[in-house]
Amino acid sequence: MNALYWWLLLSFLLFCIGAFGVLARRNVILVVMSLEIMLNAVNLALVATANFRGGAKGAGTMFALFIIVLAAAEVTIGLAIVIANYRNRRTVQTDTYDELKG
Amino acid sequence: MEGTQYMKIAVALIPLLPLLGFILTLVLGKRWGARAHLLPVALVTVSAALSIYAFVWSFTHQHQTFVWNAFTWIAAGRYTVPWGFQVDTLTGVMLLVVGIIGCVVHYYSIGYMHGDEGYYRFFAYLNLFMFAMFMLILADSYLLLFLGWEGVGLCSYLLIAFWFRKKSASQAGKKAFIVNRVGDFGFTLGMFAILVATGTLQFTGVFDKAAHGDIAAGTLTWICLLLFTGAIGKSAQFPLHVWLPDAMEGPTPVSALIHAATMVNAGVYMVARSYPLFIQSHTAMLVVMGIGTFTAILAAYIAITQNDIKKVIAYSTISSLGFMFLALGAGAWVAGIFYLFAHGFFKGLLFLCSGSVIHAMGGEQDMRKMGGLRKKLPITFWTMLIGALSMIGMIPFAGFWAKDEIVGAAFVHGYYVVWAVALVTVLLTGIYIFRMMFLTFWGENRSDAEVQAHIHESPAIMTVPLIVLAIPAALLGLVVGIPPEGGWLHRFLEPVFFDLEHEAFTWIGEGGALMGVSLILVIVGIVVAWWLYIRQPDIPGRIAERVPWGYRASLNKVYLDDIYAVVPVGATLGFADWLWQFFDAKVIDGAVNGVARLWGWIGDRLRPIQTGRVQNYAMYVFGGMVVLVVILAWVWGN
Repeated sequence: MNALYWWLLLSFLLFCIGAFGVLARRNVILVVMSLEIMLNAVNLALVATANFRGGAKGAGTMFALFIIVLAAAEVTIGLAIVIANYRNRRTVQTDTYDELKG
Repeated sequence: MEGTQYMKIAVALIPLLPLLGFILTLVLGKRWGARAHLLPVALVTVSAALSIYAFVWSFTHQHQTFVWNAFTWIAAGRYTVPWGFQVDTLTGVMLLVVGIIGCVVHYYSIGYMHGDEGYYRFFAYLNLFMFAMFMLILADSYLLLFLGWEGVGLCSYLLIAFWFRKKSASQAGKKAFIVNRVGDFGFTLGMFAILVATGTLQFTGVFDKAAHGDIAAGTLTWICLLLFTGAIGKSAQFPLHVWLPDAMEGPTPVSALIHAATMVNAGVYMVARSYPLFIQSHTAMLVVMGIGTFTAILAAYIAITQNDIKKVIAYSTISSLGFMFLALGAGAWVAGIFYLFAHGFFKGLLFLCSGSVIHAMGGEQDMRKMGGLRKKLPITFWTMLIGALSMIGMIPFAGFWAKDEIVGAAFVHGYYVVWAVALVTVLLTGIYIFRMMFLTFWGENRSDAEVQAHIHESPAIMTVPLIVLAIPAALLGLVVGIPPEGGWLHRFLEPVFFDLEHEAFTWIGEGGALMGVSLILVIVGIVVAWWLYIRQPDIPGRIAERVPWGYRASLNKVYLDDIYAVVPVGATLGFADWLWQFFDAKVIDGAVNGVARLWGWIGDRLRPIQTGRVQNYAMYVFGGMVVLVVILAWVWGN
């Protein structure tokens, strides 16, 4: 059992928490937040792997940086959609958003 | 050889000219209007002249067979079928019959079909028929013969149903075509059997193999019987004869050309051509003779009560064809061909005469409304009398010599039952043919006054062909058939029927006695007909009352049409109905609708999954991914 294992276990737990939040929470804000947790769990796994495995350490770190940047952009758009939606419906409960059914 | 060059040109042109006439007339004929007959008739006349040339060649080169492979028709791997022509003495006789009668009927049609709206179409079809018929008799292989065979069948259909707006005509055309399919199915199987047994369909190749005993006896019998099945269909023998009487719906020249003189003889010709096969199978010969004999007497029995003048002649044709098969089966091959030769002329003549009568009566075909036409249609009467006397076998007309040889052969070869049946048929033939003659030409005219006023002799374009055909119908027997069993035709056909034993005919003795017996029956037949229809015209009705079943069976053609309507036709219709009502409506439609309903049902079950909530979808994605990961982990783990 080396240290990487513990980092990856932490990353896995974070990912599961995030996934649970995305699937189970009914508040859109919290869903977006859970999404961020999932992204950061991946970031953690990338950085830890880059640090402990041999080779160019920069590659894993670069991926993590890209993800952070994209996550910032994504959360901006996501919150903008949430606000726009809230203005229309006066609610942020996801189970009321069901117009897509056939 | 110089002569062969001319022969090649002649043999190539004989079928080619009518084919050309068919194409041109069909495409351009409508524009030619009432002159549409000029080209087809001219081309057929040239073809007939060339046929006579080919006949003369076979006459001068009696022991030679002209064989010419024009080009390769079918090439399938190692097996090839050439488009080959063959002319020997048998072909020569057939060419003479088809060429002359075909030509005469073309001229007759100019008068008979005058003013018909399908004038050009009629001549186009007639030319196509001539092409197919010439191909049939000039072919050097069974396959090429089959091309002509089917070609004449097609033309027969087209011409029977020529007046296709008439329901009965189009029905009769279909009937002829479908009934012939039954026979042709057997013929096709026969060709397959020949191909398997000998590896070729060329006449020379097949007959060589047969002569060397390379075909097993059982196989040979089957081949012969299957080929004969084809002949039964084409030559209208029992039990497939039912199409020929209905074929009388076609114009009368068609009846004369196709359904009396040429096409219906194709079956006889084919069996005669297959002589080297048939002589090796006693069973097949007996079947041929049996079917022929039964057909001859059955058709004669039916003919006695028919009231339609053309139906009477149609049944007499069936009866005559039965006689030809009787002859072939009894081993009197030359007599069979002799009868074919003579029959072509006198039966063609009878049909053309009946056409002239119908023309004069304004389309009336019922003999009960005719009568007393002797004075008004003198040429038709005299020529038809010659045809009738020839038909019933009155000395010295052509039919007598041919029919007498056949009847005599049955006796000489020891088939006494067949001989007795043939004699009864001769008697019946005398009665029904002269019943027709007496009803038509003697007594008082029984038609309406308006029709009577219009009765007139046909124009020269129709009467001259009658006279042209009456000459061979009267004299052919004297020229080629005397003495019986040893006449010119016998010597002429010797190279084809190479293995026949000839018993010299004795004028004083057995031969003369047989001749006398059949001659007496012929005269008795005429006298009986005269007694029944001129002297005591009320007797036929009384006989019909006394034996109603016998009368009705004959009138209704022994109920064969009714039986066929129930057994094969009814069963087929029932099966088709079952296919429609059950198989199509329930099984096929059921399967299609069932599939649709299945997907509808599955859709109904799956619809609740689509909630419209993104989180549920994300759950499916996540679940799917978990499953994928588990599977991949399991795969890689192993």
